[in-house]
Amino acid sequence: MTRAFSFARVYAILLKEFLQMRRDRITLGMIIGVPLMQLFLFGFAINFNPRALPTVISVDDPGVFARSVVAALENSSYFNVVAETNSPQKARRLLQEGKVLFAVEIPANFTRDIVRGAAPDLLIEVDATDTAAGSYAIGALNGIASSALRDDLKGPLAARAQGPPPFNPVTHLLYNPESVTQYNIIPGLLAVILTMTMVLMTCLALTRERERGTYENLLAMPATPVEIMMGKIAPNIVIGGIQSAIILLVAKFVFFVPMIGSLLLLSVALAIYITANLAVGYTFSTVAENQLQAMQMTMFFLLPAILLSGFAFPFDGMPVWAQWIGEVLPATHFLRIVRGILLKDNGFPEIWPDLWPLILFMFVVSGIALARFRRTLD
Amino acid sequence: MASDLAIDVHGLTKRFGKKVAVDHVDIAVPSGEVWGFLGPNGSGKTTTIRMLCGLLHPDDGNGTCLGLDVLTQSEAIKRQVGYMTQRFSFWEDLSIRENLEFVARLYELPERRNKVDRTLERLGLVRRQNQLAGELSGGWKQRMALAACMLHSPKLLLLDEPTAGVDPKARRDFWEEIHALSEEGLTVLVSTHYMDEAERCDRIVYILNGKLIARGSVDEVIAQSGLITFVLEGRDVRRLMQHIQNQPGVDYAGFFGAALHVSGRDRAALTRVIAPYRNQSGITVSETKPNLEDVFIHLQEQAK
Repeated sequence: MTRAFSFARVYAILLKEFLQMRRDRITLGMIIGVPLMQLFLFGFAINFNPRALPTVISVDDPGVFARSVVAALENSSYFNVVAETNSPQKARRLLQEGKVLFAVEIPANFTRDIVRGAAPDLLIEVDATDTAAGSYAIGALNGIASSALRDDLKGPLAARAQGPPPFNPVTHLLYNPESVTQYNIIPGLLAVILTMTMVLMTCLALTRERERGTYENLLAMPATPVEIMMGKIAPNIVIGGIQSAIILLVAKFVFFVPMIGSLLLLSVALAIYITANLAVGYTFSTVAENQLQAMQMTMFFLLPAILLSGFAFPFDGMPVWAQWIGEVLPATHFLRIVRGILLKDNGFPEIWPDLWPLILFMFVVSGIALARFRRTLD
Repeated sequence: MASDLAIDVHGLTKRFGKKVAVDHVDIAVPSGEVWGFLGPNGSGKTTTIRMLCGLLHPDDGNGTCLGLDVLTQSEAIKRQVGYMTQRFSFWEDLSIRENLEFVARLYELPERRNKVDRTLERLGLVRRQNQLAGELSGGWKQRMALAACMLHSPKLLLLDEPTAGVDPKARRDFWEEIHALSEEGLTVLVSTHYMDEAERCDRIVYILNGKLIARGSVDEVIAQSGLITFVLEGRDVRRLMQHIQNQPGVDYAGFFGAALHVSGRDRAALTRVIAPYRNQSGITVSETKPNLEDVFIHLQEQAK
């Protein structure tokens, strides 16, 4: 008679599972490698309190106080002054293109007005499409400028060093004036959700054929690697399109995300972005030996797409090496494109700097997939 | 003339790491013949077939398949060869018809619908055409696979153990189809473990540990072996096997059904071993022509 429950049988199954795990080298490597890599990667890269955010200063005043404020901003760890100009229009252009997050404008006669005690405006324009990055900036600017001026207010002006700042801080939140988090998150979600579903769609494309034994048959017939890849990717582009439409409809009618840019332009970018992600999944499926490995590779790709793309944390707040990794990911570029088109009314010239990396990425990854594809069973 | 040979390869070799899976195999199959490819599991049959249809790249050797170079023209070979894999390799979540239509599209066959219809009819699959391939029994699966392999009217069929695990009736039907195809001029190379199937082939080749060690018609292969076989029958023979097997001169002793076959190449020694049982009651002794299985087991034992 067999017992109703036997630890020996549990042990037998447990042993078998371990044996099978040991045979799967890639999975074994991932069990150890993936957590370590990701821990170091994200541990060092992610910063809730971003620093060195790119800023442009437009100065229309040659006076000493203006220089003090500029110098203080340049020395601060919070702002990273990437450009200095005397034209507010040029500063605004940099904001529009997403090259900077902040534009600080010191108006004409700034120094004279302070001396007169007239409290001139100190204007900061914030790209509020990234709500997290902007939230500290306004306070930081006030603090930095006040303390810089305090040191300069000496002699007859010493009295003005006390009390309220001798200037009038003015904040313009651009593109998302009410700092609605959803305006930032929802377009970002479009990028992240598409990465997730699209890579998942194709990461099993060949792995499944291999596991079911149909791969040999496919190879024995006259289809070429390019034909197989295109045939496997194409139907998923339609699925990606449907998903995008659903997400955008919900964004518009449930979250009331403004859509001021060209939807046609967005569709073009979407098509490229979707294809690029499908190509990533397809490349995984040329490498993975089984479905588990394919899923692990997908997760390995997905986490950086969420954490290093600028979706979850301000991109400009990350260390430079992490930004370089981020620049490789399609999600990073698409995030900028979608926020730019929807919230800033960016046109083709503004999105092109982020569009060509997507196109390049798509071709490079497809090239890797085709190079990896074996026409024989060797 | 070389064009009379559907398969003509020399010194075909394939290594997997240190293991030599196929070791300098020469095969020359004239057009229109049905050749049997025999050998124990793991002897290199599948690897050889895969090299012939371009799925594996030979490490050494050269030759032609349908007049096309196996090393450089494998894509062209694929178009004219029908290859049936050992394991069912069609899409189980597609119906028979959908599978065939897919194959027809990949080969860009003209009059696709027509061709699929005719193939379904020929193999008696019309009634089941909308059934999912995954729901079919072994025999029907093989039939469907054969239908898919023939769809593009190949000149050469490479069948890798097509009848493994198929019931006798389905096996018989399958072979009738193969012979019918052969009569239409198709060349067939079919690997099998069944001796009755081997006997239905024009010629057989026997591969062992990657080397071709016998070839010819069934009778030729038996004659080449130089084997002499005695049959011992009766109630008590079962107990004798262990003893007889270890006698000098006996290369191999084993049962075929209830009869004990004792084989060797030295007639005098063999006669001496058999002698004590000749007049024993309950045992009848006779000499028989060795069958293929005797020869193959003998070859396998010899290689040990």
